[in-house]
Amino acid sequence: MKELLIIAIGSALVNNVVLSQFLGICPFLGVSKKVDTAAGMGGAVVFVITIASFVTGLIYKFILSPLGFEYLQTIVFILIIAALVQFVEMFLKKAMPPLYNALGVYLPLITTNCAVLGVALTNVQKEYNILQGVIYGIGTSVGFLIAIVIMAGIREKIEYNDISESFQGTPIVLVTATLMAIAFCGFSGLI
Amino acid sequence: MNNCTERIYNGLVKENPTFVLMLGMCPTLAVTTSAVNGVGMGLSTTVVLVLSNMLISMLRKIIPDSVRMPAFIVVVASFVTIVQFLLEGFVPSLYDSLGLYIPLIVVNCIILGRAESYASKNPVLPSIFDGIGMGLGFTVGLTAIGIVREFIGTGAVFGQQILPLADAAAGKGGYVPVTIFILPPGAFLVLAFLVALQNKVKNNAAKKGKKVPESAGCGEGCASCGNSACGGKVFPTGNEK
Repeated sequence: MKELLIIAIGSALVNNVVLSQFLGICPFLGVSKKVDTAAGMGGAVVFVITIASFVTGLIYKFILSPLGFEYLQTIVFILIIAALVQFVEMFLKKAMPPLYNALGVYLPLITTNCAVLGVALTNVQKEYNILQGVIYGIGTSVGFLIAIVIMAGIREKIEYNDISESFQGTPIVLVTATLMAIAFCGFSGLI
Repeated sequence: MNNCTERIYNGLVKENPTFVLMLGMCPTLAVTTSAVNGVGMGLSTTVVLVLSNMLISMLRKIIPDSVRMPAFIVVVASFVTIVQFLLEGFVPSLYDSLGLYIPLIVVNCIILGRAESYASKNPVLPSIFDGIGMGLGFTVGLTAIGIVREFIGTGAVFGQQILPLADAAAGKGGYVPVTIFILPPGAFLVLAFLVALQNKVKNNAAKKGKKVPESAGCGEGCASCGNSACGGKVFPTGNEK
């Protein structure tokens, strides 16, 4: 139990997926203009990464590993993730329309979110079992949610500020990310 | 042959993936802690880009339009796996320092973007040169950022100490490295100034009435890339109507 807690806190705060591992930078910069869309994107990522880390964990343990096909992991994982995102989208559309309306538009974007593939590959690299893998997935995606929501909150305030011409748009967002990354460095003493 | 040199010029200067199009930001930020890592990542990406452009261009008349994205992904993922094993076998030190980011070349927007926008529509030879041009452009971009970060962060370039370091214990004056530049925040900071510089150049050019190429991708976030080139079309969702 203690070990699982350390994995969760470590992946959510200490090694934050966006601010220290640079995975999922693209949605982090692209979909963080408003707090509610950012929260939607973050929610969709939590949902997909949790399922993806479970499914890729199962497939690696029961199909790839016994057959000696470990070297196919990159190809297999990316196809699983692409198919899974599609499947989740269809399922939500039929079974849970309110959730689909909240997350739907963000789901297709997640296929190319490198954080999803990154989590699947890290789970294999660190030799996590399936439970640890899922916890790591949840931790990582919650870290993403935290980062993107904070970023969106700051960006809504930045809108009212007078920023020099060259720094408008992406540069000021990156400067904000710099300061957030410095703040998150403070968590490194946590575990 | 003229067309081929034009492709290389296009990739290196006119549509440089790092400085102009702002594609592939994840590896750009993550691996540029030193110039050597930048070169290694850039060249690995180049190899994958050239090979996948070549194969996709060869297969462009065979792959049905509706499944082209999954087909491209399989092609790219296969070459990435090959490159990963070659690096592990022959350059283990680079393999260790790039780590997770080698398999993540698969989801690099540059590669799928070029496959979609160039290789799937053009003959084999220009596609190969397009891959070489874009790959070298990416390598130059990563190396430049790597040199800046390594120089400010450690006072060295390519592992060679340029500025003599200060040694407080020996009472020797010298350069005090700004370590934060080789830590994650430094990556964001260097990129912020880079994009600001690019905006400055673009604004000046726009004032003079020159046309400037639009940044196509991750500058505004892969959201746009995800929509057009990669995610949105991996499998047809039926939502497009």
